[in-house]
Amino acid sequence: MASNEKSYAPGQHPDLPAPTNLVGPIAWIRGNLLSSPTNIVLTALAAWFLYTILPSTLNWLFFDAVFTGEDRNACRAAGEGACWAFIGERFKLFTYGFYPLEQRWRVNLSFVLLCLAMVPVLFDKVPYRQYGLYYAMAFPFIAGWLLVGGNILVLELPIVPTDKFGGIMLTLVIGVTGIAFSLPLGILLALGRSSRLPLIRIFCIGFIEFIRGVPLITLLFVASTMLSYFLPPGTKFDLLLRVLIMVTLFASAYMAEVIRGGLQAIPNGQIEAGDALGLKYWPAMRLIVLPQALKISIPGIVNTFIGLYKDTTLVIIIGLLDPLGIGRASLSDPKWTGLSNEVYLFVALFFFISCFAMSRYSLYLEGKLETGHKR
Amino acid sequence: MNEVALPQPQRNIVSRLWNDKETRQVIIQILAFVVIFAFFFIMVRNAITNLEAIGKDISMDFLSQPSNYDISQSLIEYSSRSTHLRAMTVGIINTLLVAVFGIALATVIGFLLGVCRLSKNWIVNKLAYVYIEYVRNVPVLLHILLVHGIIVNSLPTPKNAVVVNEVAFLTNRGFFIPSPDFQPLYWVVAALFVIGVIFSLRFRKYAQKVQDQTGKHYPVFWICFGAIVGVPFIMYFLLGSPIVWEIPELKGFNYSGGLVIRPEFIALWLALSIYTAAFIGEIVRAGISAVDWGQNEAAAALGVTRGRTLSLVVIPQALRIIIPPLTSQYLNLAKNSSLAIAIGYMDIVATIGGITLNQTGREMECMAIVLTLYLIFSLLISSGMNWYNNRIKLVER
Repeated sequence: MASNEKSYAPGQHPDLPAPTNLVGPIAWIRGNLLSSPTNIVLTALAAWFLYTILPSTLNWLFFDAVFTGEDRNACRAAGEGACWAFIGERFKLFTYGFYPLEQRWRVNLSFVLLCLAMVPVLFDKVPYRQYGLYYAMAFPFIAGWLLVGGNILVLELPIVPTDKFGGIMLTLVIGVTGIAFSLPLGILLALGRSSRLPLIRIFCIGFIEFIRGVPLITLLFVASTMLSYFLPPGTKFDLLLRVLIMVTLFASAYMAEVIRGGLQAIPNGQIEAGDALGLKYWPAMRLIVLPQALKISIPGIVNTFIGLYKDTTLVIIIGLLDPLGIGRASLSDPKWTGLSNEVYLFVALFFFISCFAMSRYSLYLEGKLETGHKR
Repeated sequence: MNEVALPQPQRNIVSRLWNDKETRQVIIQILAFVVIFAFFFIMVRNAITNLEAIGKDISMDFLSQPSNYDISQSLIEYSSRSTHLRAMTVGIINTLLVAVFGIALATVIGFLLGVCRLSKNWIVNKLAYVYIEYVRNVPVLLHILLVHGIIVNSLPTPKNAVVVNEVAFLTNRGFFIPSPDFQPLYWVVAALFVIGVIFSLRFRKYAQKVQDQTGKHYPVFWICFGAIVGVPFIMYFLLGSPIVWEIPELKGFNYSGGLVIRPEFIALWLALSIYTAAFIGEIVRAGISAVDWGQNEAAAALGVTRGRTLSLVVIPQALRIIIPPLTSQYLNLAKNSSLAIAIGYMDIVATIGGITLNQTGREMECMAIVLTLYLIFSLLISSGMNWYNNRIKLVER
């Protein structure tokens, strides 16, 4: 052994660097892109695909796009790219719909309150979380009053008719209401469906299967065309309220199925343990079964939320103007004809950001609630 | 009820009944029934009063009256003089058409996506990931409108149609393709095809039995392929190609002759397929990665080849996990086809629930029909998939 090399006790030698052909960018490329003949072909195909699609798409989206301008002609003169000037000009309309100009602070305030209400719901390490949750439960009603207006005790706000609601604000109204009310309703339906009382079980099964068997759009049609027949004569029922009820009922049926899956995964021994402790049905459910069942169902619950949020676009078919509806209405403006792709992509971006954020949050929550049963 | 008779020192009869588990359950159910019954009773009574007030009745007579509207795509004979019932049938067929084609295409793209997501190739993997995340997080209605917008805005007018091979023409008024005109001899080929299918089903069972008993292995796939595709194909040419193709021709402002596929159908079909495929892709990926890697190793240890490991070991186990969520995706696709109304494809909702409803003013009857039809579809699809699921699920002792 050469004398200038340090000697080590057995097992004490520091780790040697990995062989150069196993680390570094070249090794990565060899391992991930060119590991076998099939892989080489696939890489070549994918690269060719990106080469044909990417430059023209990027040019259209950004480099040739027009970001400022008065009308369609400004875009046409500047080049072949997308005409984002249109979106820029209509941005307020996309956000607030036709909400009266001088009352828009109410929408902004509701949005700030919404963000405040979400903090204690989403994160569990905030101070005074208990009170925050009470506030979050009260939020839908506070926001409802803020947006619609009317008298509460001494406070009075001018009434804004709900047909002035529109744009992103309408999406948030329907989405948040649906999410806030479909979860408790879904829990009740799921408990009813797995109840030992046959009549309640049959009723819940019937309700859930009926709602899940028909498309949301037909339910919205029912709400908009024939619901008034079933109400006492002379009742006026706001269209937005009818839509909110239908969307909530629809989402709660799906929610119930997701939660039922969670309930079924809880061993019967847990309920029996509750019985042994002398807990009645509701305390046993609230303290033992539901916390475990809901934890398992989180991915499904968030998926249902995302589905509900995306389904809010369907309201354009019965004449409410969410961002998509506003966009379609704006397309008929002669100043800005033929820009449907820009409008749809803008709305798609809005939905992508919200839904992607929701699904990322669900992953984060799953990781956090994982209590280490995974091997 | 025994407790009531027993001489127990209870406070009063109400709390005694309420504190007994059995009686309490009965009381709760009776209360629930009364509430639900009262709810429906009030609704029906309101409906009767409201209908009387405006002098309407409930009747299905309107179905036999002429519809007075046109439908652009119809597989059966239909004109504006046909009845509403006929219009409804056209709507049902159109819904079924887009649902069946959509399910087929979504399954193909979905399985491809799932395989790409499992690929070790980084680019392919990430491309599939980007596709799935984009498509899943954007509403399906937006996909439908976007695809429809692209087809209508970017394809040329019939005058400047994109010509494929001199026989097919892509325009913004639809895709014009040659239509087959079947000669009498063609039915021989068709009959051979049917015989081939029946033979293959029988042969598969037989080959399975022989393999179970003796271990002898037939090349089942190639024999079935030959019987179903090969023999009719050869016969087709032996009989001198007994199909005459009618090629579309430009007449005036549009093509005539041949088959036309409307842009609305294509937009709806593609949009529903790419949307549902993203979900199916994730289901397939989850299903295949849920099969324990030890299964692969065990098959390798037994000397089973790579392809047979996939088809005999991995895929059968993965299918058990894939089928239930796949069923709900198929159901979603069928239900999402109702969004056709946004681009003017005449499905159930657009015919009977749309124009017919507006023309006749029979909201109750029309919506009842639409809801019933969708319920029937959902039941059919889910019972079909349940049957398949039962067939392939693990038989436990």
